[in-house]
Amino acid sequence: MMTAPADQTAPLLEIEDLSVAFRTERGLVRAVDGANLTLRAGETLALVGESGSGKSVTALSILGLLGDNARVERGRILFEGEDLLRLDRRALRGIRGHRISMIFQEPMSSLNPVLTIGRQVAEPIRLHQGRSWPEALDQAAELLARVAIPDPRERLAQYPHHFSGGMRQRVMIAMALACQPRLIIADEPTTALDVTVQAQILELLKTLTRETGAALLLITHDLGVVARYAERVAVMYAGRIVESASARALYGTPRHPYTEGLMASVPSLTGEPRARLLTISGQPPDLADLPPGCAFAPRCPHVHELCRGTVPALQPATGTSDRDHRSACHGYP
Amino acid sequence: MATREREPTMNDAPLLEVTDLSVHFPVTEGVVRQRTIGAVRAVDGVSFTLRRGETFSLVGESGCGKSTTAMAVLRMQPLTGGRIVFDGTDITTLTPAAMRPFRRRIQMVYQDPYGSLNPRMTVRDIIGEPLVVHGLAGDRKTYAARVAELMELVGLLPAMAGRYPHEFSGGQRQRIGIARALALDPDLVVCDEAVSALDVSIQAQVLNLLMDLQQRLGLTYLFISHDLSVVRHLSDRIGVMYLGRIVEVATRDDLFGAPQHPYTRALLDAVPIPSPEREAERPHRVIPGEVPSARNPPPGCPFHPRCPHALPQCRTDAPALSARPDGRLVACHL
Ligand SMILES: Nc1ncnc2c1ncn2[C@@H]1O[C@H](COP(=O)(O)OP(=O)(O)OP(=O)(O)O)[C@@H](O)[C@H]1O
Ligand SMILES: Nc1ncnc2c1ncn2[C@@H]1O[C@H](COP(=O)(O)OP(=O)(O)OP(=O)(O)O)[C@@H](O)[C@H]1O
Ligand SMILES: [Mg+2]
Ligand SMILES: [Mg+2]
Repeated sequence: MMTAPADQTAPLLEIEDLSVAFRTERGLVRAVDGANLTLRAGETLALVGESGSGKSVTALSILGLLGDNARVERGRILFEGEDLLRLDRRALRGIRGHRISMIFQEPMSSLNPVLTIGRQVAEPIRLHQGRSWPEALDQAAELLARVAIPDPRERLAQYPHHFSGGMRQRVMIAMALACQPRLIIADEPTTALDVTVQAQILELLKTLTRETGAALLLITHDLGVVARYAERVAVMYAGRIVESASARALYGTPRHPYTEGLMASVPSLTGEPRARLLTISGQPPDLADLPPGCAFAPRCPHVHELCRGTVPALQPATGTSDRDHRSACHGYP
Repeated sequence: MATREREPTMNDAPLLEVTDLSVHFPVTEGVVRQRTIGAVRAVDGVSFTLRRGETFSLVGESGCGKSTTAMAVLRMQPLTGGRIVFDGTDITTLTPAAMRPFRRRIQMVYQDPYGSLNPRMTVRDIIGEPLVVHGLAGDRKTYAARVAELMELVGLLPAMAGRYPHEFSGGQRQRIGIARALALDPDLVVCDEAVSALDVSIQAQVLNLLMDLQQRLGLTYLFISHDLSVVRHLSDRIGVMYLGRIVEVATRDDLFGAPQHPYTRALLDAVPIPSPEREAERPHRVIPGEVPSARNPPPGCPFHPRCPHALPQCRTDAPALSARPDGRLVACHL
């Protein structure tokens, strides 16, 4: 067999068996525990799950942005075939904001309030692409135009507080695109925005993945957004991936009780108004004190003996249209 | 002080009447000597009415003035113009002393369950603080009993009263915030993005709680949220704001069933549906253009630069909010 040249379907990003723990006053908190994720060029993968389940920590691990109290205990993060966990800080910095870009939830805290927008958008272009200031500013204006900011030339001279929330988020996206990344990580990029601005921003990101073949890792709580924009979905609970599938299969035939609970608790635009919403009973898990066995067992309506003793592995699911559908549940083999 | 269980009221006078409310923020220039060079018309002639026991929601683009309107109703934001009548009394210009009894009756639940609770106070003192501030705490026994009653009301174990906020989950912290808002037995509770920071399963618990409490206590809610599915689930009536003005007011079924104002339609069109099949079938339109600035609002209808149906008249005359045959209010020339 011949080795194929970098083929189109080879994964762009492969996270294998990643575990990340934090040292805290309350003891060791394993925020990510044996996570596996695969993302192909041009694809949008949504990462959903309970607050505190390890979504942001997973994203920060890819970028090497975990704090000093964090330790990667196990695993590999292969990006275009290279293990990011083995790179030194300098090499990682070269990849960050260049081949991988990140958009954070709060645009105000990620933009520097005392620097002009032009300076902040142009600086990385100058650094990574070795352009002169005037060239970098030209390119910055083009990028602002691309994210639908009117009068981009004038806007370059303004400061972040002159921009509305939605416009600041679009500036962040312009910056993320400056260097034509292969992978864009967007952590709750539209949570603070209304639906019309949200649609504007996500349509833009989606168009870009189509045009440039970049992959998008989209972290969100909004199951409507997932349905509209993601091809694949991974569901996290207490640091583990408990289900992963194509969006259609996940919504059509969920194969994990946590995913079912999640879907059932969202009010819909067609449901009975004021009806009691279904909720997931019990409390979110305490990562410093997880039960043995399945972490969802204490809240699971279908729990049985096996669940309380043995952690279920992520395995191919049955009764689904997606061959790559996987779930980690003793009850849904 | 105890929580009243109000009977479904016979009193159909509105609880709150807001008339022609405006809040303008000065725009200043200069570092040493500041000059006013203009104004941000954050709220610009807003009128609406809250009936007793109903949930009225305000929705609209970010920056359109929802929070500013809420702060004005709470009298935490000075008005540029307009009138606020609460339970028959004009509270627009009441002095702080005269305002005191009304402050008790209008309470607020904040967005951020993490940031809005003092980390150094026990849950007992967080929930009881409004009682102390208003001199209603009584002796220690009455105080503890009232706090315990409030905790039970929102589904927290009174035994947890001695704990600190960091020992609670996000949903529990939001319950603490709700218990605190209920301490003074208010009539009106303002919820500004009160469930947005919660994840969906916890959000569902808090929404159920808000609906239960409304039924049991006859509360009136002024609810603000970007999540239109949540708004539809909770609300009796909805006001849609655009650039400091209300462009449509309708009942839940009218608004979601047949939105009239072009902005309302665009807003509902943009709500993503949690079904990949249905999303694949529907067109994904976005409203063209930028939200105009409240500093230089366009002449005429504030929505005309982005409106697909704009007429020449829309560029020059601002349409008034006027009643349609079905009872809803719409500000549109079409
Ligand atoms: N720097 C840190 N030190 C200690 N613990 C941390 C740190 N960062 C995250 N954690 C813990 O790791 C777990 C996972 O956090 P993470 O931020 O990944 O959650 P998330 O899934 O992104 O949640 P959300 O939806 O609320 O953003 C949480 O229990 C959190 O408390
Ligand atoms: N203290 C202030 N000084 C100057 N301008 C202000 C001030 N507070 C609010 N604004 C402006 O008033 C307008 C309305 O703001 P407001 O916070 O009421 O919007 P909102 O509808 O609540 O938006 P969001 O949905 O983003 O919370 C915005 O243009 C905002 O920038
Ligand atoms: Mg997060
Ligand atoms: Mg607001």
